[in-house]
Amino acid sequence: MTGHPTDLISITALACGWLAIGLLGFIRPRSTGWVAHGLFPLGAVLGIAITALALVALAHPAETLILPLGLPDLHFQLRLDALSAVFLLLIGATAAGISIFSAGYFRSGEGAAPGLLCLQYHLFLASMVVVVIADDAYLFMVAWETMALSSYFLVTTQHRLPEIRRAGFIYLLIAHLGAIGLLLCFGVMQGGNWQFTFEAMRAAQLTPVWTSAAFFLALLGFGAKAGLVPLHVWLPEAHPAAPSPVSALMSGVMLEIAVYGVLRVTFDLLHMQLWWWGLVTLGLGLFTALFGVVFAAVQTDMKRLLAYSSIENIGIIFLGVGLTIIFHAFHMPLLAALALAATLYHCLNHAFSKSLLFLSTGSVLHATRERSLGKLGGLIHRMPWVAWLALVGTLAIAGLPPLNGFVSEWLLLQAFLFTPQLPHSYINMLLPMGAAALALVAALAAYVMVKFYGVIFLGQPRESTLSKAQDCGRLERIGLLWLAAGCVLLGIFPVPLLALLNGVSRELLGASLGSQLQHWWLLAPIAPERASYSPAVFMLSIVVLVAVLVLGVRLFYHGRVRKAPPWGCGFPLLTPRMQDTAEGFGQPIRQIFEPLFRMRRELPSPFDTSPHYRVQVEDHFWYALYMPIAGWVRRISNLAGAVQQGRISVYLLYSFLTLVALLAFAL
Amino acid sequence: MNVVTLITQFTEVILAVVAAPLLMGWVNQCRAWLQNRRGPGVLQPYRQIRKLFHKDAVMAANASPLFRLVPYVQFAAMCLAAAIIPSLWTGLPFAVAADTIALVGLFATARVFLALAAMDIGTAFGSMGARREMLVGFLAEPALLMVFFTASLISHSTSLPTIVETLAQGRLAIYPSLAFAGIAFLMVLLAENARIPVDNPVSHLELTMIHEATVLEYSARHLALIEWSVALKLFNYTCIGLALFFPWGLATGAHSLRDLLLAIPMTGLKLLAAGFGLALIESLNAKMRIFRAPEFLATAFLLAVLGLLVHLLLGS
Repeated sequence: MTGHPTDLISITALACGWLAIGLLGFIRPRSTGWVAHGLFPLGAVLGIAITALALVALAHPAETLILPLGLPDLHFQLRLDALSAVFLLLIGATAAGISIFSAGYFRSGEGAAPGLLCLQYHLFLASMVVVVIADDAYLFMVAWETMALSSYFLVTTQHRLPEIRRAGFIYLLIAHLGAIGLLLCFGVMQGGNWQFTFEAMRAAQLTPVWTSAAFFLALLGFGAKAGLVPLHVWLPEAHPAAPSPVSALMSGVMLEIAVYGVLRVTFDLLHMQLWWWGLVTLGLGLFTALFGVVFAAVQTDMKRLLAYSSIENIGIIFLGVGLTIIFHAFHMPLLAALALAATLYHCLNHAFSKSLLFLSTGSVLHATRERSLGKLGGLIHRMPWVAWLALVGTLAIAGLPPLNGFVSEWLLLQAFLFTPQLPHSYINMLLPMGAAALALVAALAAYVMVKFYGVIFLGQPRESTLSKAQDCGRLERIGLLWLAAGCVLLGIFPVPLLALLNGVSRELLGASLGSQLQHWWLLAPIAPERASYSPAVFMLSIVVLVAVLVLGVRLFYHGRVRKAPPWGCGFPLLTPRMQDTAEGFGQPIRQIFEPLFRMRRELPSPFDTSPHYRVQVEDHFWYALYMPIAGWVRRISNLAGAVQQGRISVYLLYSFLTLVALLAFAL
Repeated sequence: MNVVTLITQFTEVILAVVAAPLLMGWVNQCRAWLQNRRGPGVLQPYRQIRKLFHKDAVMAANASPLFRLVPYVQFAAMCLAAAIIPSLWTGLPFAVAADTIALVGLFATARVFLALAAMDIGTAFGSMGARREMLVGFLAEPALLMVFFTASLISHSTSLPTIVETLAQGRLAIYPSLAFAGIAFLMVLLAENARIPVDNPVSHLELTMIHEATVLEYSARHLALIEWSVALKLFNYTCIGLALFFPWGLATGAHSLRDLLLAIPMTGLKLLAAGFGLALIESLNAKMRIFRAPEFLATAFLLAVLGLLVHLLLGS
């Protein structure tokens, strides 16, 4: 241990602070006022403190600490390095916004008691912090499982509804499938000397076969948590079931923690990286991204739509991870650093913009009690704050300049442009195709986001009840503003942040973009003559141009406006029902990507007296992969059921037989 | 960055903004000639825009502020695009702030805002137009990006002026990859600018229109800005095509005043030819059914990807 680990101690203390806040909820567990207006804002303050500390820690060398807790021969080991710091920054900054929003969001009479909710929520936050700073497999798994369980209870807040229990069960099941993968992965990585500290794993020398086994077990374990296809099925179930701030935390933070795990295992714990892992990861990421975005386009529930969009973004992030592995394995450090920077940047982007969108759906849900896109519309008039702030998130997720989503996509595409330099004749041809697929995904994301925003906030209200919708309260506004500001800042000032991320790439890859980031306003990751992008100038010119235009038109002409009913093409009966529904807006995508969906359609015939049209879109994986496995499990358990007679004498007989068998074996 | 480059930068943008309706008028006039009509004259778009600016704006009662903002954003986005595209000369200081990927992003931003504005009023045609506009966009955008990718791989840069400078030095070398990219680009140009065979700019037939459906609710100065930005968009796309595939005559490298002055008539001539070509394509083709548009654009996308592959295989 070198020096005094001040940052690490403070971070640990703050995580304990979150735990304490959770426990404080039990002083008055039924009081919404105490929990919502006292504890959640306090949690947000701790979030800001963690953000600040993480920023400080990014500039400092790694720190370690051993807590006298845990197993007798394996005390809790903690470590704070640049990679941990980046993810702490993500957790702290996002959680601050979500907590302050939650302070205004949770109301009495909704599901579990507020005190219990407060405990689960802060336990969830603290466990994520511990996952990121854990430095031994035991503590890591304890924190990882705490994270899974606390989020499970948060998802099933309204456990009286059967579909929410079902969603929670699927989530728990896949979370544990992933946990098995992780346990096995750590088992492989200790390399036969039974040392479960990460320090020992870094030193272990595995054969390429075992290293690959460890990598793919990690990919399984973390992929299940992140929602890589085909382990994505829990996301669209769990996100709509959970209360919106919880969906925001799970989608915006927990999925990224899984990415942290992959990066930690691949680049830190394993001593070698093989290029074909990168190819597999990249392929999986691309497929996940395409799959997610296409499914998002046909959803009719706003939170399901966002859940599929999260799958898409996770796909893009894994694409970046794959690219990093490939460049790193071929010893192209600068390009690996570029791909890693894009990956981390996309994690941060997704955390901010997806949390923002999930929170705004929460406000919409509270104001209208509707989750179905088919019953919303026109909310920009009734809920201007939510609508305008959600617009920022929408444009950010759609990857449009000059907001943040574009920065990471730009970096990724730049990284792709270097793939023809790879010294491998197949993949240097194959990879640029990946860029084409990424471009397609990005363009489809814009489609999805126009649908999301247009159907909820624009147009005319599709239900008369929407005219009573109220805008969100002050605390919720602060939360949304915080996250929207994050999106804008990340979009406009990428260079200072990328300079901070350099520490990570120096640590993991031994190279950084450092020397390339000279001007704060100009993003030129490799060389200015190769590629450059300046979001600040970009944003400034758009704003100035719009302002000049507005003033110019006013000055030279006039600003007269006459209000009139919309033009109905001569048709007098214009109703809100004539707008595109969510189904209608997604229809072209449904048609173009038909083989990807499992569709059931009920079409009206010309002779129906009450014609109705229904279409149900489902996931092939559910029927081709999960149902058969569930069938197998049921069959096996039926077989096992044959030996269970329910009579105590039979069980005694089994015990006796087992004893005899053991004795025979021992002798 | 000295004063001269700044002046050339501004001159370029202002010339583009001023000349854009002229190109539109020229295309319409050529179309009229090819169809044995007299046509309204090349200055008609200017008269139209002037007339629209003087009218009182009529706006739907339930329009949100977003709806009023969008025409300005459209126009600003197209002006910004004009600042990046080397239509006359390659010394564009602003191009540092946005490369080809950002240019594609800029077009996407403009499209998303237009689609959102179309959905804002909540009429059947508006949302239909938004859906179709996005449908065209989601295939055209990656195709355009792949065209730029091919050009970027040739010139080892994504900055548009640098790409054009490299291609202009090619001394008539023919890049096979660029041939594919060129066809793909032409298809994207037709689709993105709502031209035949994907869309018909003069049609107001409800079931077939794409772009016109998105702007049905606009009137007066807002419509004028939209029409102007549509003209500017066509101008920008044409200039991209000319710069990538016919880069001769652009002032590159160290500019002398002679080069700069010579570039203006050269570009003008090329634009006249391109406008005539566009009118010819539009007169010779029929509009496709809307359901065929995705196939058309998927072809463009595949051609662009094929161009990329050809570049990687042949290394040129």
